[in-house]
Amino acid sequence: MSEKIIKLMVCSGKNCSRKQGDDITDALKLELEAVSLENKVQVVRTACFGLCNAGPVVKVWPEGTIYTGVSPDDAAEIVNEHILKGRKVERLLYTDPATGKKIPDEKSLTSLKKQLRIVLRNCGITDPENVEDAIAHGAYLALAKVLTEMQPEDAIKIIKDSGLRGRGGGGFPTGLKWEIARKNQSDEKYVVCNADEGDPGAFMDRSVLEGDPHAVLEAMAICGYCIGSSNGLIYIRAEYPLAVQRLKIAITQAREYGLLGKNIIGTGFDFDIEIRYGAGAFVCGEETALIHSMEGLRGEPTVKPPYPAQSGFRGKPTNVNNVETFACVSPIILKGADWFSSIGTQKSKGTKVFALAGKVNNVGLIEVPMGTTLREVIFEIGGGLPKDKKFKAVQTGGPSGGCLTEKHLDTPIDFDNLVAAGSMMGSGGMIVMDEVDCMVAVAKYYLDFTVEESCGKCAPCRIGNKRLHELLEHISKGHGTRADLDRLRNMSVVIKDTSLCGLGQSSPNPVLSTLDNFMDEYIAHVDAKKCPAGKCRDLMQYLIVKENCVGCTACARVCPVNAISGERKEPHLINQSVCIKCGACYEKCKFDAIIIQ
Amino acid sequence: MKTLKSTDELVKLREDILSGKRPSDNSYPAPGRVRIRVHMGTSGIASGALDVYNFLVTELEKRNISGTVIRTGDMGYSFAEPTIEVTRAGEEPVVFGNVDTFRADEIIEKFIKNGELTDGIIPANFRTITI
Repeated sequence: MSEKIIKLMVCSGKNCSRKQGDDITDALKLELEAVSLENKVQVVRTACFGLCNAGPVVKVWPEGTIYTGVSPDDAAEIVNEHILKGRKVERLLYTDPATGKKIPDEKSLTSLKKQLRIVLRNCGITDPENVEDAIAHGAYLALAKVLTEMQPEDAIKIIKDSGLRGRGGGGFPTGLKWEIARKNQSDEKYVVCNADEGDPGAFMDRSVLEGDPHAVLEAMAICGYCIGSSNGLIYIRAEYPLAVQRLKIAITQAREYGLLGKNIIGTGFDFDIEIRYGAGAFVCGEETALIHSMEGLRGEPTVKPPYPAQSGFRGKPTNVNNVETFACVSPIILKGADWFSSIGTQKSKGTKVFALAGKVNNVGLIEVPMGTTLREVIFEIGGGLPKDKKFKAVQTGGPSGGCLTEKHLDTPIDFDNLVAAGSMMGSGGMIVMDEVDCMVAVAKYYLDFTVEESCGKCAPCRIGNKRLHELLEHISKGHGTRADLDRLRNMSVVIKDTSLCGLGQSSPNPVLSTLDNFMDEYIAHVDAKKCPAGKCRDLMQYLIVKENCVGCTACARVCPVNAISGERKEPHLINQSVCIKCGACYEKCKFDAIIIQ
Repeated sequence: MKTLKSTDELVKLREDILSGKRPSDNSYPAPGRVRIRVHMGTSGIASGALDVYNFLVTELEKRNISGTVIRTGDMGYSFAEPTIEVTRAGEEPVVFGNVDTFRADEIIEKFIKNGELTDGIIPANFRTITI
């Protein structure tokens, strides 16, 4: 079979295929057959190009011309002009929205790509179980540079100048943290990597540890040199067996090659790393609780100060950084502080990894420069919402964050903007919600999580969150009043102000942000006793519209509790006292005869 | 491998791997060879990447195709797991999504042998840094 030279790649991402992506494939094939080129030119469907606003997209391979806004009628022109005559179809070329210029090929398009991978640079590229592969991709060069060419102060200055802030949630400047740990004199110090990733829906730390463990080991050694420590500890949850296994292999191999252990690459600097396992408690992501858990004590936080940099693990100065923060360190050392600080916004530098989840087409990990807007992340990189549903909210920062709405879509994402909008960066989980998600139920879900995960040490968190959860339960059952809404808000503020650690101080955030942004939904729950999204089971019922029902019996057959009765070809009826509101009949009915009320 | 004693040794080791003096599975494929990266993080494996990996390893040998299959972490394309990246000598890497053993067979026959693309390619939609 002869090699097909030209290929036409048609986007069949969910957005483009809705706009006739599949018809374009067929039209192109027909046109090619008409000029007997079907053996020379191949038409294939691909996943999303990340240009959903400009879709449907057709790319000509290998030269990389990108056509956007293509319709099946354009197939003839693409085949006749581009394939036969070698002339680009100017009117279909992608237009750069910033400059208004036409983009001739994919290479010029690269600069328009929204994603920039710094933390994920080697994920999916290097073999995590082979240290030589990591070395080939540049691992340990930064460590060698720091150990041989720099004083600890110089390296700390680079990290400080780069503007790197902690990626675990709080956003504390990393360089400053290292400097404080360095200034505290002690015979022993510790470098701790916080790999206790607990936010529901976030998995960037796991992916980095599974894909590029050496980046973390190297950065920990750099940190050790900077603060004057030779002991590293990785606190990782035991629920990440693959990450643990790959870390163990990476540590062993790094020791074999003299990149960890005594006298690292002949410089006389000693640094070794051990793994500590966590049992998967959310509160252990808080640094003081994490340290207690590593010491074998209960995973409970203590009042700061003293900060871990003064008195941490076994009472010694300890520097705790998140996996993603460590993964940023080596590129900063090698490429310089100016390079890193040129990316991002004024106060938040570099890139951030987000775990896109929920009602979004391209679920997965993405990494974008700080300052990218939520709209770009959700509708361009994420490919929009499935099934043409309307965007309602995006939850950032996990149980400590809040819900952002349509009006926040054009906010550039960085630490300060998210806090100003009533949410937070957190570790970077991003859960997209559409019109059928009930915001009261969402707040209740996160409260459910924090009630479960609260360590119980301080009363505001232990008792307050429980009461908040009960109130939300009350409202979603239809027993709430307007006074309950005030009570929700007051209690949330008190919990925030009086809790001991970050968990309690941020746990009411989902309640407060939904109260701020979706007050109308709360009011519908308490006044009209209705759930506008149709999620709260106690506030809704499924009804059969007599006019639409043809009596096909499909709903009655699918009902798990036999609540639907009626003769064949006669309108059916739902017995509300038996109905468990599972929604099976609603899904099954083809005649729109079942409605939610 | 003996312990590295100096920065020069580290840099030299890196150059040897990159220039092909030191055998490495993950280097740029030599003429006539193909490099396949199977993305095997937790989400890839949960979607069946291990089967794809085993299939590719045995089938490449059976079908007399010279190449290497490498296990890596995930690329982040959770919506299309398992994913694999195939690089033919002298060409740009191509990432395929939703690969099962059936699709892997198609990729071997069509793309690896003949350079024909198959449906389900994931276009690279990011920039990255090199060190």
